[in-house]
Amino acid sequence: MSFNRRRFLKTTAGAALAAPALMKSAMAGGHGAIKFVSILDQSGGLDIYGKPMVDATKMAIDEINEAGGLLGRQVDLKVYDPQSSIQFYTQFATQAAAGDRADVVHAGITSASREAIRPTFSRFQTLYFYNTLYEGGVCDMNNFCTGSTPAQTVEKLVPYTMNKWGKKVYIVAADYNYGQITAQWVQKYVRDNGGDPVETEFFPLDVTNFGPTIKKIQSSGADMVMSALVGGAHVSFYRQYAAAGMNKSVPVASTTFGVGNEHKLISAEEGDGMICAYSYFEEIDSAANKDFVARFKARMGADAPALNELAARSYEGAYLWAEAVKAAGTADRMPVIEALRSGLGIDGPSGRVDIEPKTNHCNQNVYLAELKDQSFNIIESYESQPPTDTLMVCDLVADPNQAVFKFENGLKAAGIDI
Amino acid sequence: MDLFFSLALQILYGIANLALISLGLAIVFGMMRVINLAHGEFLMLGGYTVVVATNNGVNIWFAMLILAPLVVGIIGLIVERCLIQWLYGRMIDTLLATWGLSLLFIGIITSVFGASTSTVISPPLGAVTIGDYTSSGYELFLIFVVIVLLILVYLTLKFTSLGLVARATMQNADMAACLGISTSRIYMVTFSLGAAVSGLAGGLLAPITGVLPNIGVIYIAKAFITVISGGSAILAGTTSASVLLGGVNGIMSYVTGPTFGEVALLFTAIILLRLMPTGITGRFFRKSQ
Repeated sequence: MSFNRRRFLKTTAGAALAAPALMKSAMAGGHGAIKFVSILDQSGGLDIYGKPMVDATKMAIDEINEAGGLLGRQVDLKVYDPQSSIQFYTQFATQAAAGDRADVVHAGITSASREAIRPTFSRFQTLYFYNTLYEGGVCDMNNFCTGSTPAQTVEKLVPYTMNKWGKKVYIVAADYNYGQITAQWVQKYVRDNGGDPVETEFFPLDVTNFGPTIKKIQSSGADMVMSALVGGAHVSFYRQYAAAGMNKSVPVASTTFGVGNEHKLISAEEGDGMICAYSYFEEIDSAANKDFVARFKARMGADAPALNELAARSYEGAYLWAEAVKAAGTADRMPVIEALRSGLGIDGPSGRVDIEPKTNHCNQNVYLAELKDQSFNIIESYESQPPTDTLMVCDLVADPNQAVFKFENGLKAAGIDI
Repeated sequence: MDLFFSLALQILYGIANLALISLGLAIVFGMMRVINLAHGEFLMLGGYTVVVATNNGVNIWFAMLILAPLVVGIIGLIVERCLIQWLYGRMIDTLLATWGLSLLFIGIITSVFGASTSTVISPPLGAVTIGDYTSSGYELFLIFVVIVLLILVYLTLKFTSLGLVARATMQNADMAACLGISTSRIYMVTFSLGAAVSGLAGGLLAPITGVLPNIGVIYIAKAFITVISGGSAILAGTTSASVLLGGVNGIMSYVTGPTFGEVALLFTAIILLRLMPTGITGRFFRKSQ
């Protein structure tokens, strides 16, 4: 039949009358689902870090929803993929904060991406969790950094390996803010323990030929190498190092190896003997962890990625936030922040993780492990380590209105002697 | 003295590495003036062939030297027939199409194999001691392989009928067609051979680099720069550009560190292209292949 003005007016009048009912359910506010947004790379070079993190986050949210949700409401998870590009990070961060009006955002893998989006969440007053291990120094009331920091991991790794292998350390690091600042931390801890950081070299993220550096390591007389290399291309360093026969004579310790499951990417002969320190290993021998690993593997099936600190902390970060929502009785930002800062903690797969209120970072267990046959054997463990590096420069109890990254210009500018 | 010798070998390896990753692209570019932006992905596919084959028990030498070039050569053949052959002479369109192809390959490999694939292979040759310094025996082997490969390509071009026909088509495609040579068949064979060489390069590099779906993105820039700087002659161009750029990169990386090593390589390429826009072999060695 023909479409004339009378039919048109009838149809639109009907729609206008029905509109309030539709709009009401969309803008349900306190009575609809709680919005949880995750912005993590699942493609591009950083997908080796991001995909296990997303899998773990999805598992946490599904478990929370199956247990009845939070405060009687379901948690609605939305995952964005910034494709290893900072440009997409800022775009999705604005989308999550202003468009989706998320109740919480868990985002960021590299420190560069974190610093790109942290101001956005500050401006839009959206609660922001950063669950990746990093170089320390974020002092932001709105940002909870749950990952391990150098004072927790590197501060134990350096004296242990120096005792085992020798006092002269050659540092190789990725050439961006994480690598630069971590290298400064390593230099500080080496000197604090009476050692000598013979040389520090930085590598752009796409270097694959490490030959000249390996020659320099040989001629420097170093006893060991400390690596803060990041990404797929830098895996070549470990292979070329072993090909030159160096991994037995000048062993390697690393602050980043393993969190992208790099230990599966190189063979046992190349990797054996490497020592790393993180606040979680899949091989932790506790009932809670064994249960977590079994559930994760059952859920993911044959394609399950290996579990590392990034994935486990994404899971624990989601639960920390969920506990805070329950404690606060609402998903609104300030009550949840206050609940988190009241010393709230959970018993996760890595052990007890609780929030340290002066820094909004976490006290967490730390484990040292040695690589053997493409898996880690835990050799030392430390309980509930505080984030002393950020504590040196940040006190949110005394001065709550801060939203800065204290190590933006290096450790010396922040007043830390290296 | 030991250090000097060891360092010289290291720089020679840097040059050989650059030549190895560029040779496949140079063959395709020299013949058909096609810039194949999926070249990095051919390298990646060669690496994946080796990793998957060795994970299933195939001998590593067989996987690297025979299986990788074969598999990637066949993939190159399919790509040429389905995509490239419609785009000869249209340089911008080939750039776009091959870039899209590279994204497709990365996506397929990520979907099939996941973001990272565990491997059991390690460099099949041990370390070599020169005085107080150890060098990677495998890197020395690669230098040797690159030299053999360059000689093989030279002999093929100079002494076989395929080489003769290929050189004729490179010089003047229309005249070659008048003389009865099927230029589309020559292009197909050359593209497949170029892809096979890329597959071989990727397979040989698999034990000493990480094999991930987007490792190709890292190779394409250097290969591209080397081939353009070298100019249209396949062998002389690749060799001269690799020696110059690889040498500068190696020396600067040792003296100042890898960041400035990369900067030096790019800076040299910029100056080279400013002085010689058609590449080194557009100006010198003009009669060579």
